[in-house]
Amino acid sequence: MALSSPLSPLGQSPPRPDGPGKVTGATRYLDDLEVPGVWYGATVRSKVAAGRIRRVDGDAARALGAVVVTAADLPGPNVLKVIAEDWPVLAAERVEHVAQPIALVAAPTRELARRAAAAVVVEVDAEPAVFETTDPATTLPSGRDRVLASCRSARGDASGALANPAVVVVEGVYSTGHQEHVYIEPQGALAIPDREGHFEVIGSIQCPYYVHGALEHLFGPGSVRVRQAPTGGGFGGKEEFPDMLCAHVALLARASGHPVKIVYERSEDINGTTKRHPSRVRVRTGHAPDGTLLAVEIDAVLDGGAFITLSPVVLSRAVLHAAGPYRCENVTIEGRALATNTAPNGAFRGFGAPQTQFAMERHMDRAARALGLDPLTIRARNAYRPGDVTPTGQVLGDDTSALECLRVAAERADFLRRWTLHERARAAFHLRGLPAPGIGLSLFWHGTGFTGNGERKMRSPVRLALLADGAVEIRVAATDFGQGTEVVLAQIVADALGCELARVRFAEPDTDRVPDSGPTVASRTVSVVGSALFEAGQLLANELARAGGVVADLLAGQDELVVEAHYEPDPTTDFDEATYQGTAYAAYGYGCDVVEVEVCPDSLATTVQRALFVADVGHAIHPVLCAGQLEGGALQAIGQGTIEEMRLENGRYLQDRLTSYLIPTAQDAPDMETILLEHPSTMGPAGAKGVGELPADGGAPAVIAAIENATGIACGDAPATAERLLADLLAGHVVPGGSSVDPFGLELAR
Amino acid sequence: MTVALRPTSLSEALDALGANGAVAVAGCTDLMVVDHAPARAHATVVDLSRLPELRGVREDSGGLWIGAATTFAELRESKLVRERFPIVAEMAGTIGALQIQNRATVGGNIANASPAGDSLPVWMALDAEVEIAGRSGSRRVPYDEMHRAYRETALAPGELIVGLRLPAADEALEQRFRKVGTRAAQAISKVVVALAARVHGDELHGLRIAAGSVAPTPVRLRAAEALVEGQPLTPDLAAAAGLAAAREVTPIDDVRSTADYRRFVLARTVRRMLLACQGGEA
Repeated sequence: MALSSPLSPLGQSPPRPDGPGKVTGATRYLDDLEVPGVWYGATVRSKVAAGRIRRVDGDAARALGAVVVTAADLPGPNVLKVIAEDWPVLAAERVEHVAQPIALVAAPTRELARRAAAAVVVEVDAEPAVFETTDPATTLPSGRDRVLASCRSARGDASGALANPAVVVVEGVYSTGHQEHVYIEPQGALAIPDREGHFEVIGSIQCPYYVHGALEHLFGPGSVRVRQAPTGGGFGGKEEFPDMLCAHVALLARASGHPVKIVYERSEDINGTTKRHPSRVRVRTGHAPDGTLLAVEIDAVLDGGAFITLSPVVLSRAVLHAAGPYRCENVTIEGRALATNTAPNGAFRGFGAPQTQFAMERHMDRAARALGLDPLTIRARNAYRPGDVTPTGQVLGDDTSALECLRVAAERADFLRRWTLHERARAAFHLRGLPAPGIGLSLFWHGTGFTGNGERKMRSPVRLALLADGAVEIRVAATDFGQGTEVVLAQIVADALGCELARVRFAEPDTDRVPDSGPTVASRTVSVVGSALFEAGQLLANELARAGGVVADLLAGQDELVVEAHYEPDPTTDFDEATYQGTAYAAYGYGCDVVEVEVCPDSLATTVQRALFVADVGHAIHPVLCAGQLEGGALQAIGQGTIEEMRLENGRYLQDRLTSYLIPTAQDAPDMETILLEHPSTMGPAGAKGVGELPADGGAPAVIAAIENATGIACGDAPATAERLLADLLAGHVVPGGSSVDPFGLELAR
Repeated sequence: MTVALRPTSLSEALDALGANGAVAVAGCTDLMVVDHAPARAHATVVDLSRLPELRGVREDSGGLWIGAATTFAELRESKLVRERFPIVAEMAGTIGALQIQNRATVGGNIANASPAGDSLPVWMALDAEVEIAGRSGSRRVPYDEMHRAYRETALAPGELIVGLRLPAADEALEQRFRKVGTRAAQAISKVVVALAARVHGDELHGLRIAAGSVAPTPVRLRAAEALVEGQPLTPDLAAAAGLAAAREVTPIDDVRSTADYRRFVLARTVRRMLLACQGGEA
C-alpha cells in the first residue's frame, strides 16, 4: 500500500529540527523574548459570575504610573469576532463570568503592573448566576438567550423503530466535566507598536490568522502583523482564546506607546481561559437480541459557557460523531449548546467528539450487559464496514477500518478471555484485599479536517519558495506547538520534490510572510495543509525539471521563486448544513483502545497498568510522531476519565492550580503499546488521515469500562474519581453481577 | 520588599527571629508559593540552611536524632533511617516531586503544619519528641502535643525546631505507612495514615496510629488504638478499629476530596494496616 518509493522520506522518522533547542533550553519562548522598553500588562477581572458593572475607576492605578484601558477606550467595536459577535474584549455594562476581563493596566515592571491592577476600583452589583445546563432558566441574568447553538442529524425513523415491541431498548445518561488543557507554557502575548499606529504581535498561539482577523476587526485593515513564538503546547486552548490576549496587549501597547507583554500566571490562565465543554448526553438505543443496532436516539447538551465563541462548530462535530463508528438505519441525534456563567468553553483536542463518543461507548457497554453480550461482540456486530452509510447519508469508503481496529486490538490484548475472567473473578475479590484487575475497550472514529464544506470555503493556500541556495522554504500558517509539524511537512515536500529532507526549511509563521493556510486545528495540518504542500512540491518539481534542475536558471536573477497551491476537496462531495446530509468529513480515522487497570480495594484509586492503542492513520508519515500523538492524546483522555476534576464554587473553578487540578504524571502513565494501521484515504498526502485528535476520543470510556470490569461499579460520568466511584457504589450503580468492593465502611459515607 | 538574613549559628538565628514579622525558612518550598502573592509576602526571612546545629541524622541512645534542616531526600537515602524506620524513608519518598524532596526539610514540614503534611502522622506514630530552641533556652515537646489547632504549633514566637528524637526501634516494631493521593506522584494527601506497634503473638502492644488530612491537625486515632491494644487481633476487631477511627476524626469536603470518602478510606486503611501487622494481606 506504500504510495512512495523506498527512498521517500515518508514513513521514516527523522529527527525534529526544533528538537535540540527545546531539549537543551535554547529555544526562546514568549516570556524569554527581551524587548527594549517593554512594559508589562495585567488584567483586572470580575470576581463574580454575573452582575451589572456600576463603576470602573482607574485613577489610583494611573497615579501609580500605569496606563489603564477600559471598554470605553476601545478604538473599534468591543467584540472578538469568532462565529458570532458576542464576546467582548472587555466587559462594559455587565460581567458574565468569573475572571472576565474588565480593565487592563500596563506598567514598566511586572510588580507595578500587579499593584496597579489591584488599585483599579471595580464596583459590580452581583446577580444570581446560572452554572448548570440542567438549570431551567431560558436566559442568562444579562437577558441573553441560553441556547447558543443547536443542530440535528437524522436518518430513517428512530422513534418508530424504538416503539417496536420486539426491540430491546436501552437508555442511559452520561456526562463529562470541564477539562483544562494544561499546556506547559501558559498563554502569553507581546505587542510592539510602531509610529504609524500599527502593531507587531507575537504570541504563544495556534492560529496567527485568527489573531490577525480579530485585531483588524478592532484596529482596522493593514494595522497588524502577527507572528507565532515557539509555543509550549496548545491542545486547542490556543486556538480562539489568544484573540483576546493579543487584543489586550495591542490595546495596552497603543495606550502606553511601549511594547507590552502579558504572560498569564497558571491560576489566572486556568480561571480565565477556555475549557473542554462539559456534556450531558442521553442515549437510547434499540437492539435485536443479537445486539444489532436497530435505532439510535441521542440528545446531547454541551455547556458553552457565557459566550458563543466556537460552540456551534464544537456542537456540530459532537453531533456528527455521536453515534460512534456503528452502522444503523434509524438514527436521530439532537444537540444543543447552552450558556452558563463561566468563561466560554472552547476548542480542545477532539472538539466535541470525545464527549458524545464517551456517552456512546459507555452506552454500548451498558447495552451489552442488558443483552447478555460482552463489549467486544456488541461492537463487532455493529462496527462500520466499507460501504456502510452514516447518519448524514455519507457512504463510507474502502478505507473504513473500524472492525479491523477492533479485531486487531482485541486479539493483541486477548481481550475477551481476560474481560470474562475478571467478570467471573469479581465476586472472589470481596474481602481479599488485593487490587481488583479490569480491562476495558473503546471503539471510536474521528473526521479529518473541517466539518462539511469548511475546507472548500477555506481553499487553503500554501506556498513554497525556491531560494538561491537551492533550499526550499515552506510558507504556511500551520504552526508547530509540539506536534512536530515542521519535520512532517518537510517530509511531505521533500517527497514531492524528490529531494533531501535537509533542503526543505520551515518559515516562521508570520502573517507578513505566509499565506492564510487556515488554523492549526481539526487534525488538518498533515491531511489538508500537507496535501496542498505536496501539490505545490510537484508544481515546483515540474518547474525545476523544465530548467533542467538548475536553480540559477529557474530563478533567473530573482531572489526566489514562489509557487502556490490550494487544498481542493473532492468536487463530487457536498454537505448541506440545513439538512445535515452529505459528506460530513473527507476522511475518517478509526481507533480502538484497550486499557487495563487495578483498582485499590481500600481507596478505590485506579492505577492504569497497561494500554494498547490501535489506530488507522491512513498513512503514517512519521511513525514515531504518530505514536506520540496517540500515546499523549490517550493519556490526556485517561486523565479526563479518571482524575482531572474541575468543580465550580460560585462560578470559580475550585481546582485552579496545578496542585489541585491534577493530570497524570509519568508515574501514572501505563505501559503503552501502539499499533498503526494504514488504510489510505483519498484525502491526505499518501493517504494520511488526521491523527492529532483521534486519541482524545477513546481513553476516557476505555478506562472507565476497565474500572467497571474490575469493580462492578457502573460509572457513566467522567472523571470517574475515587470519590465518584464511592458515590456510585452508594447509589447502587452496580452491574448485575455485583461489585468486587466489600461493603465495609460504606455506612460511614452518608 | 523582603529582607533575607543568613545566620551561621543557632544563636544568631534565634536573634534574627526576634525581629517583628520574621519567618524561618529552609527549603522554601511552601513559603515561595505563599509569598508569590505580594500582599502575603513576609517582611523578613531567616535562612536556616547554614546552621550546623540543624543538620544530620545520627544515633541517639538507641534511637535516632534527625536535624530539622534534614531534607526529605536525605531521609529517603539515609541507611540508618531505612534500617531503623523504614516508614520514614517511605514517607519521604512520597513528598512532592524529587525536586521538592531535595529542598524541603523535616522542620519546615512540621512548622508549616498543614493538616495534609505527610511526615506529621509518621512522627506521631513513632512517638517522636521535638527539640525546640528559643532565646530563653531549649525544651522538648512530645510530638502528640506539637499540633494544637489548624496550622498552629507549640512553637512560641521566635522559637525554632532544632531536631526530632525517635525512640529506639527494635525488630519487633511493626511500622506501616499509607498515603492516598489523587495520583501516583506529586499529589497532596487525601488521607495519610501511619502506624507503629510491637507484636506479641496475636496482640499489638504500644499501638500508635496517626492520620492526616482527616482533621484540622494531624491526629492520633486513640479510640481505634484503645480497642486493639493488648487484645487478640481478629478481623472483626480490626474492622471495629477501622470504624472507630473513622468516627473519631472530623474530615471536610474540600478541593481534593470529600468528608465521606475520607472516612470510608480511613476505616478501610486502618483495618488493612492492622491485619497486615498480623501477616495478613496488605
